Amino acid sequence: MDIPRHWRLRKQRYGLVGEVCESCNAKVFPPRDICPECGKEAKTLYTFSGHGEVYSYTTVFDAPAGFDETAPYTVAMIKLDEGPLVTAQLTDLENRKVEIGMPVEMVTRKLRNATDERGLLVYGYKFRPVMN
Amino acid sequence: MTEKIELLKPQRPVGIVGYGAYVPRYRLPAKEISRIWTEGQGGLPVTEKSVPGPDEDVATMSIEAARNALKRAGIHAHQLRAVWVGSESHPYAVKPTSTIVAEAIGAVPNTQAADWEFACKAGTEAMVAAMGMVGSKMADYTLAIGMDTAQGRPGDPLEYTAAAGGAAFIIGPAENSVAEIEASYSFVTDTPDFFRRAYQKYPEHGHRFTGEPAYFKHITAAGETMLKATGTTPEDYAYAVFHQPNAKFPQNVASALGFTREQIKTGLLVPMIGNTYSGAAIIGLTAILDVAKPGDKILMVSYGSGAGSDAMVLKVTELIDERRDKAITTIAYVERRTEIDYAEYVRMRGKLTMK
Ligand SMILES: [Zn+2]
Repeated sequence: MDIPRHWRLRKQRYGLVGEVCESCNAKVFPPRDICPECGKEAKTLYTFSGHGEVYSYTTVFDAPAGFDETAPYTVAMIKLDEGPLVTAQLTDLENRKVEIGMPVEMVTRKLRNATDERGLLVYGYKFRPVMN
Repeated sequence: MTEKIELLKPQRPVGIVGYGAYVPRYRLPAKEISRIWTEGQGGLPVTEKSVPGPDEDVATMSIEAARNALKRAGIHAHQLRAVWVGSESHPYAVKPTSTIVAEAIGAVPNTQAADWEFACKAGTEAMVAAMGMVGSKMADYTLAIGMDTAQGRPGDPLEYTAAAGGAAFIIGPAENSVAEIEASYSFVTDTPDFFRRAYQKYPEHGHRFTGEPAYFKHITAAGETMLKATGTTPEDYAYAVFHQPNAKFPQNVASALGFTREQIKTGLLVPMIGNTYSGAAIIGLTAILDVAKPGDKILMVSYGSGAGSDAMVLKVTELIDERRDKAITTIAYVERRTEIDYAEYVRMRGKLTMK
């Protein structure tokens, strides 16, 4: 149970908070303090809109411990409207077929099962098909 | 002795600046529960109930409702000076839900945060306190949420209705509100109709005791007092919404107070989503705000076991027309549905314990 690591990541995980480059206006996620476009410092916080589309995806049937409660589940690379690619689990899919280019939106959900009844609840971003 | 009842009215007029709802997408039909427990015999209190997905809880649901409320309010989360979550199903026994919500929406760190609990009226309780914060000018904007993922013991009558959902409200100055809250009034007594002791997973309830001396007495008293003290009659209201533990109770209490079926039908969501506990009356209010017209008056009366009711009189303003479409409507959440059977429900809600 790595509480300090979960705690450090909470802003980017709960709310998709990354950075924006003051020099070239590129949006950065996950935050790394350096702009991947122009190499200049990028430390200004930027909250992403949470909208994007499926860039690629795979379905996980044999889930690692802590994630088996929701298996099988689909993990996708999402191309955010602002540019960056982010890897995340898709949720609320039901029997809908995932397609490349499918519009999705960010929701904050529980990332692991609560089988450890004494442990920390870990929350973070997932994406679902756009609701309306 | 006759005493004049003083309504709870802030010095500065306040109202709902933004609102948002949330209902998870899964639905368990009541007839599926009765198939398991009563061989399909007996009347059903609702058509179906909402069930949270395995990755949802009161924190995640509150976050989505709060984001919807912020979109409609058009304010930044930093402007919130309180984030309050009312629930009887907080994810942690000790550790606030409200700080998780405040962090996720970007309201930290310059904010008050707290969790509220009063059975099914924790949400309106937070709203009344929020009125006080804004009304006293301690704050311009506060967030009050009522949200639950209610659990009923397998086979218990409550299992048919115990559901998941709720709503979030940003309370602020009346001049920036979609609905002014003209007054509120609370009526409470010590009535043990429903309770859950520490470390117990499922609540106990007083069966028939939950009706007359509990639900009906408190809602009727709060509603009648509010009508009398404001000098209004049911005809003055376009809409009314009451706590809704099943389909029958709110319809009966509405007619006892003199309201028509027409006045309550917009806010009566319990047949489609079940009893969302702290969310029940207030999510009905969001469905009303989604369709109400400027000038419409709304009476809302919540009920929480233990027991008490909060009554509120609201008046919709011109701002409703430009704000309601800025977030997902309540009915869109109600209508999105994935039906599940009892076995899937048992798995999703962790009702099968293997130790
Ligand atoms: Zn740059």
